[in-house]
Amino acid sequence: MSAPSRLAPSLALGPVQYNWPVDDWRDFYFRIADEAPVDTVYVGETVCSKRTPFYAPVLPEVIERLTDAGKEVIISTLSLVMSGPERAELVETTGADFMVEANDMAAVALLEGRRHVIGPTINVYNEATLAVLARRGAQRVCLPAELAREAITALAADPPADLEVQVFGRLPLAISARCYHARAHGLSKDSCRYVCAEDRDGLALDTLDHEAFLTVNGVQTQSHSYCNLIGELADLQALGVTRFRLWPQDCDMVAVAALFRRVAEGALAADEALAQLEDITGGVAFSNGFYHGCEGVAAIGVA
Amino acid sequence: MTQALELICPAGTPAALRAAVDAGGDAVYAGFRDETNARNFPGLNFSREELRDGLAYAHERGARVLLAINTYPRAGDPGPWHRAVDDAAALGVDAVILADIGLADYAARRYPELRRHLSVQASAANPEAIGFYHQAFGIKRVVLPRVLTVEQIAALNREIAVETEIFAFGGLCVMAEGRCSLSSYATGRSPNIAGVCSPASHVRYVDEGDRLVSRLGDFTINAFGEGEQAGYPTLCKGRFRALGKASYLFEEPTSLNVAHILPELMAAGVSALKIEGRQRGKAYVAAVVRAFRRAIDAAAAGETADLDDLSAISEGGQETQGAYQKAWR
Repeated sequence: MSAPSRLAPSLALGPVQYNWPVDDWRDFYFRIADEAPVDTVYVGETVCSKRTPFYAPVLPEVIERLTDAGKEVIISTLSLVMSGPERAELVETTGADFMVEANDMAAVALLEGRRHVIGPTINVYNEATLAVLARRGAQRVCLPAELAREAITALAADPPADLEVQVFGRLPLAISARCYHARAHGLSKDSCRYVCAEDRDGLALDTLDHEAFLTVNGVQTQSHSYCNLIGELADLQALGVTRFRLWPQDCDMVAVAALFRRVAEGALAADEALAQLEDITGGVAFSNGFYHGCEGVAAIGVA
Repeated sequence: MTQALELICPAGTPAALRAAVDAGGDAVYAGFRDETNARNFPGLNFSREELRDGLAYAHERGARVLLAINTYPRAGDPGPWHRAVDDAAALGVDAVILADIGLADYAARRYPELRRHLSVQASAANPEAIGFYHQAFGIKRVVLPRVLTVEQIAALNREIAVETEIFAFGGLCVMAEGRCSLSSYATGRSPNIAGVCSPASHVRYVDEGDRLVSRLGDFTINAFGEGEQAGYPTLCKGRFRALGKASYLFEEPTSLNVAHILPELMAAGVSALKIEGRQRGKAYVAAVVRAFRRAIDAAAAGETADLDDLSAISEGGQETQGAYQKAWR
């Protein structure tokens, strides 16, 4: 049932957003290297610089394992860069011999003239911005979560850089100087005791009426729902978008990747994959509203 | 006598513009009446004609007018944003306040003489990012996102070649500005695209007898018992449940006020203070501007002004110095 007109997809695994124990983090990537049908793997701390030292010692072996497995490895950088040490680390990362994902304009500035990737927390809303960034060396741009199909269509018409779209997982919605994870525990960011490590899939933030709403992940706020565009992959491919980003969640990401791969290759119907995804993710609500131009939480055809 | 801080005042309407100028504002900031600015609220902002009149009024009195064109142009439809920049240049505004890279590029190429400020919506919080906008588009001033401490602002000012403007009073964004999609997640309308946050069109108050519930889109943002004052359901000022406890997890309904730390801000090299509140009426604007004029002049003379009237104006009476204090984090 493969459609001959379909462009070949390229699957990317976004960086782990959460504060996982370092051994779990390493083992997760080892398994991705060995088993996941993804082409690209982003690795690196994007949320909180206080977490970086935990991962730094195992980063080289993770990169090596992924590279040996034939994955393209891209080093992701911090989303909100403020302090001197954060800047120094960014200078080091952007100066190394790797493809880097810029998530703050500081990284964009430092990467001028070198090939790089623009992450989803950089505001690329239109062709003119895309053109400026491409001229400076951006090869690939992961679009912001809130862009609708109409905007993606315009951007994909004749893009000067490859476009990547977030198709699975909790969406990064906001970043702050304040740590809400610490605040939920009555602590401050400076004395946080790394309480974010207690929540492998983030901390649920519900409404007063006990409805699931958002997810707290340190200084980052995410959607509660998992974005899920498995039903929109064919449409995206028709628009010319072939790069799809999956955000790591606390579920079987190898199985998730396999489903997205098969649907994107036309080997499995989206509705069949959807039923399997529901089993894998254990009942977390899905959403695709941003793509359809309405509230991001909306679930059109995936509920 | 130190160089006084410049006072930048909100003008959501021509009446507010005149009130701000009369009360001693050095400059006002305003937007056109459409989605090109981040306060795209019904009944606010300026037609081209109104801005022409406002410019004349301000310039006759030695005040400047800055035009915010600080949403992100829609893909496939940059026309409204380009026209806003074109008209700003034609009308002779004193500066445009821009957030989008593509639009900053357009303005820098077409109107190199038109002074450009970087909007808070660009969320440039470090020397590298600010340096990028300065070098690429000749940005002369950056409005800092509300994420830095005074100490960090001082360090930043030692490393950058542009002026800094900071938020001084009024509503407080707790997320890095321009990098927040919470509103559009709940309502489909975002600051970056539509110029609105937690829009009134999506707000409902539901009287449930023993409590008044405020909702945004399909979500309960807060609930008030009898005798509790019901606030507007701005998403990040809502009450939510985490770890089994209800709290204002992001931020209490509070108002930013830096009037008590003006000497520190001057020492940190800040050039200008911005009063939030283009949605506010002229009486509010006049009162806040008058109080800040006094406070700024006193600070420049090494004196302390009486600030009681400012505290009385604060929303809900609660005040914070926000991220400017390290403990806020």
